[in-house]
Amino acid sequence: MLTDATTVTADDKIRCDACPVMCYIKPGAAGACDRYANHNGELVRVDPHIVLERTVSHGGRLVPFQATGDWDGKIVHESSVFVTAIGAGTTYPDYKPAPFIVSSEIDGIDMVTVVTEGIFSYCGVKVKIDTDRYLGPETATVRAQGEAIGHVTTSEYGSQMLSLGGVHHLTGGSKKEGRVTCDALMDLSNCKPVELTIDGGATVVVRAGYPPIVNGVDEERMRVGCGSATIGMFAKQWHGKVDEVVVVDDHITGVLSEHQAGKLLDIPDTGIKMKGRRSTPGRYFQVAEPGTGWGGTKISDPLSVLGPFDPKKARPGTTMLMVSTTGEHAAYYELDEALKPVEKEMPADLKFSVERIQENCEPALCTVLFMGGAGGSLRAGVTDNPVRLTRSVKDALTRVTSGGAPVYVWPGGGITFMVDVTRLPAGAFGYVPTPALVAPIEFTLKLSDYAALGGHMDHVRPLASLKDNTEFRQTPSLQPAPGRRA
Amino acid sequence: MTRTPQIGFLSDGRRLHLQDGPIDLIVEACGGEKDVQAAYQAAARRFTGLLDELCGELKLLRRAADPRQNRLQGRVARRMHDAVAPFAADCFITPMAAVAGAVAEEILGAMLRGAELKRAYVNNGGDIALHLADGEHFVVGLAERPDASGLMRTMIVDADDPVRGVATSGRHGRSFSLGIADAVTVLARTASQADAAATIIANAVDLPGHPAIIRCPAKELQPDSDLGSRLVTRDVGELSAREIDDALESGAACARKLLAAGLIDGAALRLRGEMVIVAARAIEMPGLQAPLRGRALESAMHV
Repeated sequence: MLTDATTVTADDKIRCDACPVMCYIKPGAAGACDRYANHNGELVRVDPHIVLERTVSHGGRLVPFQATGDWDGKIVHESSVFVTAIGAGTTYPDYKPAPFIVSSEIDGIDMVTVVTEGIFSYCGVKVKIDTDRYLGPETATVRAQGEAIGHVTTSEYGSQMLSLGGVHHLTGGSKKEGRVTCDALMDLSNCKPVELTIDGGATVVVRAGYPPIVNGVDEERMRVGCGSATIGMFAKQWHGKVDEVVVVDDHITGVLSEHQAGKLLDIPDTGIKMKGRRSTPGRYFQVAEPGTGWGGTKISDPLSVLGPFDPKKARPGTTMLMVSTTGEHAAYYELDEALKPVEKEMPADLKFSVERIQENCEPALCTVLFMGGAGGSLRAGVTDNPVRLTRSVKDALTRVTSGGAPVYVWPGGGITFMVDVTRLPAGAFGYVPTPALVAPIEFTLKLSDYAALGGHMDHVRPLASLKDNTEFRQTPSLQPAPGRRA
Repeated sequence: MTRTPQIGFLSDGRRLHLQDGPIDLIVEACGGEKDVQAAYQAAARRFTGLLDELCGELKLLRRAADPRQNRLQGRVARRMHDAVAPFAADCFITPMAAVAGAVAEEILGAMLRGAELKRAYVNNGGDIALHLADGEHFVVGLAERPDASGLMRTMIVDADDPVRGVATSGRHGRSFSLGIADAVTVLARTASQADAAATIIANAVDLPGHPAIIRCPAKELQPDSDLGSRLVTRDVGELSAREIDDALESGAACARKLLAAGLIDGAALRLRGEMVIVAARAIEMPGLQAPLRGRALESAMHV
């Protein structure tokens, strides 16, 4: 919203009237104070401490300038404005060193937000890549620009997991390893794409909030379940429309006629012979090597997972659907007189079932959780007695946020937290050449609790009278109380 | 316009925070309780309206300084000019190069007029004016980027040293730099002198014509920048160890000249994790020592 005194020149420069410096600000740039920016011809106040140049250039969220009334010169103007730590401490360009303490009234409770930017050398990111495709063996080294920056860790349902960064790669290796690790962590945390190569595995482009690109191919969906689970889910829909279904999966390949789900539907034997190791009826391990083909295996011809049909049981004309766990690959066959499967045009109702599998697959995403530990000095900036802050966090009296985003605080000692990087404003993470990451962290607590922590009550500003009431209001997105849930 | 500076205490309840437009000060005074209070009140009083005063002469402040005469009126403006004048004959410099240090000095001066203090500092975004009574000292931390947990070096500034100003300039700051230094920290008699000299030395840390250095006319970034169409550094790509040394040496040569001329008392130049110190033998950047990790940071300041 423009103020009367703000003028826009012919080439979209804005004359900012927030202070007597009266900067001309170009679109996408900030004034001398770094607090006001020209966003598409509008003068906007950046969320108080966000460093705006980066925010604008990364399409970050900006707070409209002077939404209501005259600005009174205070940092916290509207109660709904949450002051984030981004830029409060030290991000590029080296903003003011000191943390700020701000009090604002939210829902009738006087809140204190101590905003600071922490430097985290004990930090890293956990990356969840929704894909069936084989990215590499567990514990394999993950590299960026040829440098080791982390490893493949235990996979989750439908997703491959990477653990990147950490103090060992940041400071324990060569200078270049530390710098590359730091760059990769910062880019991943700032939702930028990073190309990773896995020793003995794939090259994958990871970008928080976007599908992974595995060996140059965009992943679209994560699987609905393993091959066996897919049989269980769709057996009824296939019943009567096709004689046999094979759901090809790197983990457990399912076979309808042998599977418990097929048995319950009285689906007769088809004489099919699977390669791989039978786990339980209709469920096969290791039908093929892992890879980036069908269902996370390396095959491109699904028939290669089959042996010859049993001539005693099989009959010519038997119909068979082969499909991957995501429905991305599918083919329809009929057995000829020699009991060899011959690919045919897929009937419409089977196409429909393949689409149904696809529909039940969620879009494949890369998600990145930043994880760091808030150390001693950072806490000391908040209170004279740092351990009390830790205890206060544990007792859920103090809410920890990172750039305004909710975090999960890991139970146990210290303040080790995780945050979904897509929930922070753009460009929230910085670095120092130590190398270490700079991440925003805010501690919000009731004034009364702040007093109990040893906070300096008479110096918190602006201090409305303390309302002697109730609980700190928990918003739905808040973390659960640490340590209280299994 | 009802524009009032923001005045308040930081979380420790000890340091005063003053902010108005682009000026952002952290102030701390040590002494008797009454004196400290009086000093803070004096700081807040002097701060109110100071920006307007400067802006009244902004046009002239943004022009190249005339090495022969000081045509500015305001105290702070005149101090800015005086600080840059020694450099004005040899290169382009405007009084704006010393604005941060000059403001810090002005606020510190106001505090000392109103109170008896043991120690005090006014930190204007890394440009710092110091006061030390006899026998007192400050520990100044050098951070690669300002943060308590990342101090690289510390320096002790003693009451016996002539140093009362510390300033840092470099390409990561809010002001533009013509050079590629990550940071140049300067010790000088006054904050405004340190500020001006840090700008000059940081500009000299450079590799002219290097293809990995991306430069852009200042006015394309800030239309009313005092640097006009001069090329300011936007980004620095890969540099070899040799190139880093060359750039630092070019800055160090400049720093040595200023040291010989008595304009500075010491400088620490940093580029890509490498550091060069320029100081008189007697000072040797006093107390330059290993990182201050784990020690009480009570008297440490960010530079």
